[in-house]
Amino acid sequence: MNENRPVNLDLSKFSFPFPALVSITHRIAGVILFVGTIFLLCALQDSLESAESFAAIKNSMTTGFGSFITWGLLSALAYHFVAGIKHLVMDLGIGEELKSAQIAASLVVIISGVLIVLAGVWVWA
Amino acid sequence: MGVSITNFSRSGLSDWLIQRFTAVVMALYTVFIVGYILSTPGLDYSQWKEFFECTGVRIFTLLALISVVAHAWIGMWIISTDYIKPAVLRFAFQATCFLTMFVFLVWGIDIIWGL
Repeated sequence: MNENRPVNLDLSKFSFPFPALVSITHRIAGVILFVGTIFLLCALQDSLESAESFAAIKNSMTTGFGSFITWGLLSALAYHFVAGIKHLVMDLGIGEELKSAQIAASLVVIISGVLIVLAGVWVWA
Repeated sequence: MGVSITNFSRSGLSDWLIQRFTAVVMALYTVFIVGYILSTPGLDYSQWKEFFECTGVRIFTLLALISVVAHAWIGMWIISTDYIKPAVLRFAFQATCFLTMFVFLVWGIDIIWGL
């Protein structure tokens, strides 16, 4: 038996550095958006069907429980968008050192935080 | 097992490129749609429908939809190979994702071009 086989690490026992948490959240937001595409396609379909269904979907996306789904999806989109841009910037070789990676991760949280608040204003104000 | 599990494009480099290209397409589309909605106060059904009747908007929307499907496939594939160890479960997960994305694509084309 080869003793040098790769080991499956127990992820639940790790203490993750901040940029790693930003990265896993990027993945979670991506999965949310994948599932959320169902809602987005439903909304697009209803919005284009008739004036009545346009008004109905607009109402259900901006009031009650539906408004939280709208805000949630916009938040996931904002976060995934900003964290994705960090990826593209890192592809250019920027933000790969410990210090700059931590700054980049902080920027992702701050900028997406602002966008998430603005998304809430958009949905409810 | 020494089998290399290939994915969407059968090459990691090509996956990497597709993931970036589709990301840029979706980012531009997001800015485009959000920009349109924000710059059209009191947007009503007739304006919205007219907007989506433009061939350019339809083509851009279809390009964005194809990007969503390709991007999500690569992303979900990576997630499945990272976190789902039992092969049967992983395969079932990937198959479910694939079917879902196929439905998204056909459904989306119907919405965009079936107006």
